[in-house]
Amino acid sequence: MNRRFSAARIAAILAKELVQMRRDRLTFAMIVGIPILQLLLFGFAINNDPKHLPAAVAISDPGVFSDSIVAALANSGYYEIKLATNSPAAARRMLAEGQVSFVIDIPANFSRDIVRGAQPSLLIEADATDPASASNAVGAIGRIAADALRDDLKGPLARRIQTAPPFLTIVHPLYNPEGLTQFNIVPGLLGVILTMTMVLMTSMALTRERERGTYENLLAMPTHPAEIMIGKISPNILVGMLQSVLVLLAARLIFGVPMIGSLSLLGGVLVVFIAANLAVGYTFSTIAQSQLQAMQMMVFFLLPSILLSGFAFPFRGMPVWAQWIGEALPVTHFLRVVRGILLKGNGPAEIWPDVWPLILFLFAAMAIALLRFRRTLD
Amino acid sequence: MGAFAIDVRGLTKRFGHKLAVNAADIAVPEGEVWGFLGPNGSGKTTTIRMLCGLLHADAGEGTCLGYDFRTQPEQIKREVGYMTQRFSFWEDLSIRENLEFVARVYELPDARGAVTAMIERLGLTTRQHQLAGDLSGGWKQRLALSACMLHSPKLLLLDEPTAGVDPKARRDFWDEIHRLSGDGITVLVSTHYMDEAERCDRVVFINLGKIVARGTVGEVIARSGLFTFIVEGDGARALAVKLRGEPGVEFAAFFGAALHASGRDRAALERALAPFRGAPGLTFHEAAPSLEDVFIQLQEQGNGDQP
Repeated sequence: MNRRFSAARIAAILAKELVQMRRDRLTFAMIVGIPILQLLLFGFAINNDPKHLPAAVAISDPGVFSDSIVAALANSGYYEIKLATNSPAAARRMLAEGQVSFVIDIPANFSRDIVRGAQPSLLIEADATDPASASNAVGAIGRIAADALRDDLKGPLARRIQTAPPFLTIVHPLYNPEGLTQFNIVPGLLGVILTMTMVLMTSMALTRERERGTYENLLAMPTHPAEIMIGKISPNILVGMLQSVLVLLAARLIFGVPMIGSLSLLGGVLVVFIAANLAVGYTFSTIAQSQLQAMQMMVFFLLPSILLSGFAFPFRGMPVWAQWIGEALPVTHFLRVVRGILLKGNGPAEIWPDVWPLILFLFAAMAIALLRFRRTLD
Repeated sequence: MGAFAIDVRGLTKRFGHKLAVNAADIAVPEGEVWGFLGPNGSGKTTTIRMLCGLLHADAGEGTCLGYDFRTQPEQIKREVGYMTQRFSFWEDLSIRENLEFVARVYELPDARGAVTAMIERLGLTTRQHQLAGDLSGGWKQRLALSACMLHSPKLLLLDEPTAGVDPKARRDFWDEIHRLSGDGITVLVSTHYMDEAERCDRVVFINLGKIVARGTVGEVIARSGLFTFIVEGDGARALAVKLRGEPGVEFAAFFGAALHASGRDRAALERALAPFRGAPGLTFHEAAPSLEDVFIQLQEQGNGDQP
């Protein structure tokens, strides 16, 4: 009877594990629910051929041809014309702030040069900080514009289409002229790495105390919830800054990522971003019952931070509802800031639209953590 | 007035449908050592946690050190030393680091000095840098007690402080409690050890969330109305089985090798014992019931009342 290897004993252990798994309801729900939710979420959200990319048109030569080109770009589905202006400077500012991905410049005397057969140039400035997302739209632009003019160039002007293209398309990939993917990915990695490690650090903060039994002691002492929160978050800001320095050094020395903007400005934003992630992790630890649950919450937060933030896939390729989810994640805003500062040389004014959401997020997460913090063992 | 360190009435706590503490009244005069007795799960820990603001009371009113225990937990925490049932200091911090953390949380004016003095008093100077997790049970308990004494509390709430501690360490611990009590500190200590209960000025017995007896040890025994016969000898083991369930015998329990048969109806108890008197190798004699007899009787009685 005393066999060294017994199927009955395996069955006993197996049954015990199943019972324990069933008792841990939240973990079980996460194991079943998270994959389904994420499959649906990411399956529908991720699209490598983005359409409806925001663009601005700077029209220095208003007229029939310009109107046709603007209309055709909008109808193509690739572009959404956010602004049609006669001021190239205004259009370029939108490009710097990231409000549009393209500026299409219709130069002065465009119509006259076409009629004369002088082949004017249609200048397209593309935000190449994310080279992959823009390539299809850029590829299509010359054809779309040429088709648009087909109807306008009739009678004696029809010749202008038959012999040679009526105009030339010149593409300027701004901010990353060589279209190097690393320039996009490496700064993005800084955001993703910080999200992962910072949320992980604090998500254990209270669950560890609870599991080791020290939580009761902490509560029995005259400690205020805000004191505990600030005391647990602050030291990790240093850890995050150290990580940032290492990643940025590697970005510069190994990948040659340009750093055009102010590094101290980036440092300031980093503090806010790191604190925001630490606050998220701390909020998790006020909700989770165990370290395992805190880990699962962390993964649940991390996946959309990678997939819906514009890090792994083009942000503007996602449906609007997925973009809203992305806008609610701190890393989405941080990616725009870090790419903006490093690659575009953006200053405080250009990054502010993405900095205030980070600050808002930080305070919201801390407020939730304080509300969720239980001063008693109830 | 103001002579009570703890003065609460109608203390009640529910967990779901279970009534963990049911309308408990406790009034501990300043400077006394009170023992808090009761079986596992009877509501001792819950009561202590409510007193120091770690659990919300569902009902009840009163004061702890003069502060309303329901609305002023922060003030109470500053002046109470609470020792948890399970060791709850940081095992990955050294003895000194743990104590210094506590001293600084309580904002002691000279945290380092206070800790150094405490470590010297404990005789831990050579081990002060040892991790708390590496200490033996007895040392952990001494560390925990000294940590909750650092801020010179007026009231000590000790939840089974001597569970799992060797007899010598238990004695040392109780000598310390009496010394503190002599300094005017009030102590409420829960325990399962009757010898410890006997060292208290008064005991409170709680069963199934209700306080069922209170007073000095002598008073509790006298009020129990219990009569006890002690049976000794080789046949005592077999007798215990036969006596249980007999009318008049409320319980029959062993204390060492001696069988204690107890009941509140002396005549019925004698009738139950009569058939066995004179059996070879068995001696019978009546004795005053011990606190443990009363403890078991109160517990059995409470369980009998349960539906």
